[in-house]
Amino acid sequence: MSAVEQALPQFSSKRLEEIKTLIARYPHSRSALLPVLHMAQEDFEYLSMDVQKLVAKTLGLHLMAVREVVTFYTMFREKPCGTYLLEVCTNAGCMLNGADELVRHLCDTLEIKVGGTTPDGLFTVTEVECAGACAGAPVVQINNAYHEKVDAAHMDVFITEARGQGGKK
Amino acid sequence: MIPSDPQKVTGICFDHVDVPNQNSLAVARKNGAYAFLPTVLKEFDADKIIDEVKTSGLRGRGGAGFPTGLKWSFVPRNTGKPTYLLCNADEGEPGTFKDRDIMRFDPHLLIEGMIMAGFALDVKDAYIYIRGEFLHEANVMNEAIREAYAANLLGENILGTDYSMDLTVHRGAGAYICGEETALIESLEGRPGRPRFKPPFPAVEGFYGCPTVVNNVETLATVPAILEHGGAWHAAIGVPNNTGFKIFSVSGHVNKPGNYEVPMGTTMRTLIEDYCGGLQHGTVPKAIIPGGSSSAWLMAEHYDVPLTFDDLIKAGSMLGSGAIIVMDETADLVALTRRLAHFYAHESCGQCTPCREGTGWLERVMNRVETGHGCEADLKVLKEASEHMAGRTICALADGAAAPILSLLEHFPDELRSRMAQSHQEEQSA
Ligand SMILES: Cc1cc2nc3c(=O)[nH]c(=O)nc-3n(C[C@H](O)[C@H](O)[C@H](O)COP(=O)(O)O)c2cc1C
Ligand code: SF4
Ligand code: FES
Repeated sequence: MSAVEQALPQFSSKRLEEIKTLIARYPHSRSALLPVLHMAQEDFEYLSMDVQKLVAKTLGLHLMAVREVVTFYTMFREKPCGTYLLEVCTNAGCMLNGADELVRHLCDTLEIKVGGTTPDGLFTVTEVECAGACAGAPVVQINNAYHEKVDAAHMDVFITEARGQGGKK
Repeated sequence: MIPSDPQKVTGICFDHVDVPNQNSLAVARKNGAYAFLPTVLKEFDADKIIDEVKTSGLRGRGGAGFPTGLKWSFVPRNTGKPTYLLCNADEGEPGTFKDRDIMRFDPHLLIEGMIMAGFALDVKDAYIYIRGEFLHEANVMNEAIREAYAANLLGENILGTDYSMDLTVHRGAGAYICGEETALIESLEGRPGRPRFKPPFPAVEGFYGCPTVVNNVETLATVPAILEHGGAWHAAIGVPNNTGFKIFSVSGHVNKPGNYEVPMGTTMRTLIEDYCGGLQHGTVPKAIIPGGSSSAWLMAEHYDVPLTFDDLIKAGSMLGSGAIIVMDETADLVALTRRLAHFYAHESCGQCTPCREGTGWLERVMNRVETGHGCEADLKVLKEASEHMAGRTICALADGAAAPILSLLEHFPDELRSRMAQSHQEEQSA
């Protein structure tokens, strides 16, 4: 094994078992690519080039095959984000119910731009497409959990509490 | 339990969504889940099931309204290849949020529908392709599937019969285009979701080149009621050629946004006024998006349109996924259209030039117009670019991108022009 390969991050043995079971659910192991990328992002926070190499090796795919999938799908991140990822839906239903004002409030409060992360690494704010929950407009996803009928006051409380916890989720 | 008298039915897919813990197998069973499944597996065969579904008049609930029984009858038999069943739970069309509620509140209804469809189509492996953001819903589905396996409702020799089927939940990762059935198949094969040319249709050549049926969550969740009560029972609900109930996801400027399952043929006005508590401001909507963001807008004159596939086509739009976005007099339609133009530009998979270039153009011009920097010539650009895109691409995303722009141009040219006039006034007074 070369020095470069040794430096690659590794999946835990439990994860490798899970991946093996997963592959058996499909006619070809390639189908396991999206689920394995989700697992990798959960384990390593984001999909660095090394993590993408690990995924390619684990599934016996070319790195390019992994890269084109990582770059195609918006949920896959190649860079780290804040401890709290605040994804505000600004599509039609949410826009009609104050989503743009909510984004502005968040950016003003956190003193960042859309897509930016606070200097303490706690919060990232992004705009996303319709979250499929428009009856709860405006919708904010915080680290994959849906928060519905969110207003500025709700977010203020959330931010204060998150800061109080000193960055631990 | 759903009444066998079609006149007394109050809902099909949503009959039990309000029941606490309906997601657990024990509670679902108490409410009739899987009660009729043994009869189907032991006494029905493929032809009988497909005939019942044909008789029911069920049309796909994912957007295109294609007759489900007919779709199933296209699947070639005895090809020597496996047949796959894929449930489309991508639910990405802006305004749509119904499949989420079926999955998180009554997952066993979907599982039962998939077992029945799988049995009719001789499927050994079935998948639920669920949008990646629905993590909670995927977890609920997985737990329900685990319970179903433990009760021998899935896996080898279901309920002691010869029929075996595996069911797997597969999460997408944030790409609207993966709701298009051939993009969904590409994605399930571990690739970017780029739609394929049709033909061949998935029924003949789909997942890994094998016969594949793709159906929406709501479509599959309707199957158990149809088989239990008969196709004729379902056909007696709603109106001819547009039978059964339909879930409408209503959002925007209504007082009680939400999912409402009503008989096909209910009017838009009834849905908005009687079910959704009317508009937030005023009494007449400024515009209504009737079938997801990709459908042409309806104006007040269509407020009494019966909600059916056929009536919405007659009104110049489509029923689509049943996603109704209501805009009252306070809505800024130029801003809304600009936002949708951004959506389509962001979500275009980029493989067709008219769509890739066209959606980019539309977004740039709408940005200019919204911020008050547009000019009369921009209206022509918007119109020509939209018309040039529609119908010239591999999939229907491009038509969807054109719909809001063409609606805005047709019905609200003054609103667009006043945006321009405004900017000129500002420039002059500056
Ligand atoms: C751009 C685009 C997005 C789509 N998104 C979805 C979706 O999220 N869910 C869905 O069920 N169908 C969606 N469809 C329709 C599917 O291609 C397909 O017609 C449907 O899943 C078939 O199921 P049905 O016959 O049960 O309606 C989409 C189509 C297009 C062109
Ligand atoms: S129409 Fe657009 S989204 Fe559809 S295949 Fe072509 S480029 Fe991709
Ligand atoms: S528009 Fe925000 S959830 Fe649909």
